[in-house]
Amino acid sequence: MIRSNVMSVFALAACLNMSAALAAQTSITVGMQLEPPNLDPTGGAAAAIDEVVYANIFEGLTRYQADGSVVPALAREWTISDDGLVYTFALHDGVTFHDGSSMDANDVKFSLDRARAEDSTNAQKRLFTGISMVEAVDPLTVRITLSNPDGSFITSLAWGDAVIVAPETIDTATTAPVGTGPFTFSRWVQGDRVELARNPSYWGTPVALERATFKFISDPTAAFAAMMAGDIDAFPGYPAPETLPQFEADPRFRVIVGSTEGETILSTNNKSDKLSDIRIRKALAHAIDRQAIIDGAMFGYGTPIGTHFAPHHPDYVDLTGQSAYDPQKARDLLKEAGVENLSLSLKLPPPSYARRGGEIIAAQLREVGIETEIANLEWAQWLEQVFRGKDFDLTIVSHTEPMDIGIYANPDYYFQYDSAEFQATIAELKLASDPSDRSRLLQAAQQRIADDFVNGYLFQLARTGVANARIQGLWENAPTQANDLTGVSWTD
Amino acid sequence: MMFGLSLAAASLVIFVMIELVPGDPAAFMLGINAAPDTLAALRAELGLDANPAVRYVRWVSGMLIGDFGVSYTYQVPVAELVSARLVVSLPLAVMALLLSILIAIPAGMFAAARRGQAADVGIMGVTQLGIAIPNFWFAMLLVMVFAIHLRWVSAGGFPGWEAGVIEGVKALLLPAVALAVQQASILARVVRSALLDTLTQDYIRTARARGLSRRQVLVRHAFRNAMIPVLTILGLQFSFLIAGAVIIENVFFLPGLGRLVFQGITQRDLIVVESVVMLLVFAVIMVNFMVDIAYAIIDPRLRRR
Repeated sequence: MIRSNVMSVFALAACLNMSAALAAQTSITVGMQLEPPNLDPTGGAAAAIDEVVYANIFEGLTRYQADGSVVPALAREWTISDDGLVYTFALHDGVTFHDGSSMDANDVKFSLDRARAEDSTNAQKRLFTGISMVEAVDPLTVRITLSNPDGSFITSLAWGDAVIVAPETIDTATTAPVGTGPFTFSRWVQGDRVELARNPSYWGTPVALERATFKFISDPTAAFAAMMAGDIDAFPGYPAPETLPQFEADPRFRVIVGSTEGETILSTNNKSDKLSDIRIRKALAHAIDRQAIIDGAMFGYGTPIGTHFAPHHPDYVDLTGQSAYDPQKARDLLKEAGVENLSLSLKLPPPSYARRGGEIIAAQLREVGIETEIANLEWAQWLEQVFRGKDFDLTIVSHTEPMDIGIYANPDYYFQYDSAEFQATIAELKLASDPSDRSRLLQAAQQRIADDFVNGYLFQLARTGVANARIQGLWENAPTQANDLTGVSWTD
Repeated sequence: MMFGLSLAAASLVIFVMIELVPGDPAAFMLGINAAPDTLAALRAELGLDANPAVRYVRWVSGMLIGDFGVSYTYQVPVAELVSARLVVSLPLAVMALLLSILIAIPAGMFAAARRGQAADVGIMGVTQLGIAIPNFWFAMLLVMVFAIHLRWVSAGGFPGWEAGVIEGVKALLLPAVALAVQQASILARVVRSALLDTLTQDYIRTARARGLSRRQVLVRHAFRNAMIPVLTILGLQFSFLIAGAVIIENVFFLPGLGRLVFQGITQRDLIVVESVVMLLVFAVIMVNFMVDIAYAIIDPRLRRR
């Protein structure tokens, strides 16, 4: 009798455990390596801001989907005038901010005017500088007039920096963001985590998750331990790729390897005395063994690139053959250029792709007779010395903004590439809206910078993540910096 | 008077050192696509466009009335940030110190009492190891055993005291142990050598001659006199533990003061770094002051000085 009582207590306890486990299936804890400095995506460049709020708390007129395509969000549909200058957006009806106030055309006008204003601190202000006027025609209609046609305007509006905010709550958005998204902000324990809860009055399809927590773990070893111990359910930007085989072998976990918009390049100062000669830049390109860098620095994750463009993009041209690994050719080119004992500075920012990749590149360059002097910099130093001061010969950095080949048209950009031909191509691209024209121009631009050996093109940064095997709906690729949880749920 | 002067000197040194570090907080916040006019707008918003002397006076006069400024990156008052971190760092430091005392004092006394014997050699060997083992490595070992294999505690993080005292203490236990091992090893050696020093004094021989047992002499006479160097070390250790736990905080991803400073430095959140370092200077001076008071309590001869 006693025994059966004990048994039933166990059975009951087991049931309670089961129901607790089942009830827990609507919450998720997501690991992130960097904590966002604040939660206002319209006032800072930090990727971590968008990784918390994009699509979860804030929404824009349009949005990115997991496959990189841009679809309507707060805007139901839009029409574009024949001259490509006037965009008329019809907004969804019944959209409210988390504080209960309704979202209408005036909020859209406020958000876009604020982003392009004189004193705007929007990190991507250039996205909005083409706008000449924003009008609220009626509560559900917004008319935007551009000063020049812009074929990528709809895509620009999908950026995290272009989300719609309310004038009443924007001043406190850094610590208490109020948006229109399917999750509301609950609280932020600085240094530890941000908590979100399901928005019960969401205008669109409600999300499956009731609660979501973003937890910040910067140390790779700690990230590994937290995943293994079950403290974290998913770590989309998992910082310790060397431990991925262990997760692959464990049925409790699923390893997610996707691509990002990050072209990782050996940035070259085109105005440096030592590197202004194209033969020397070409020699550098042939001296580099991309696969060795991917294997050695990235544990095999990454796709070789031959130009500044994402390989998963339909308009990508594979130009890796043009700068294939050929140390003898590199030596010949250096001889032809008449340089001996070339010594270059190689300034490396903190990410492991740069620090580990830098050492491998230094060794590869030594093979062809180029010495490098490696300096490890913090980000703030890198921004000051390399990016702003242009005091460098070589650096390694991943350019993570989507479709950013346009940076080569700016002769003042830190690698200082100045080509009238390239600038003309980009100017033409800006005005082109016909898909086949755009495609042709994008391909020509890729070819141009590869022909000029502007930078050493290394690889497209991979996104390696780990998640509990029962979680579905996480993004595999990162078309924009986001941890979109709107489609995430647990299976049984 | 001395107190005020030390703080004033410290504030000037901190400000100058941190201002000298290259790197612009606004550039860090806005990233590589920011236009120059956007940067200028942000610098103005943060008050970074004023000249350094003005900013120094602004900072110091703010601190005098308890206003530590507003973090550039987090955009919340520094005082708020620091107090949120102190509720983790302070209990962690206290726990580590208590653990360290609980281990070190008995171990040190035991070793001193059995000088040269197997127990002494054994304890000294273990403490040598304790000092030699890097605490982050030991911390990882603890995580592997107790969080990953046994699953007794989580691998890190801090649920907050509102989750309950037990949960809070549980979260800080492994980090406290990881910190305490090294501190206890140092302390045990200090306790032992201080005791051995006093044991050779004349008054110990007198006490023995009066008929006190070895044990009584050790506890009643020798230990009290050996406390002076022990307290000195304790004061140093406590000051170190408040902000020096940054590596352990990283391993256990705890939102502590050490990580706040570290993050502040990398993000060029200068106002946070300046204010926290200033606070630490204040804490160190206070701890030293309390150690001085404790000296006087233990040794009446020091009161007259």
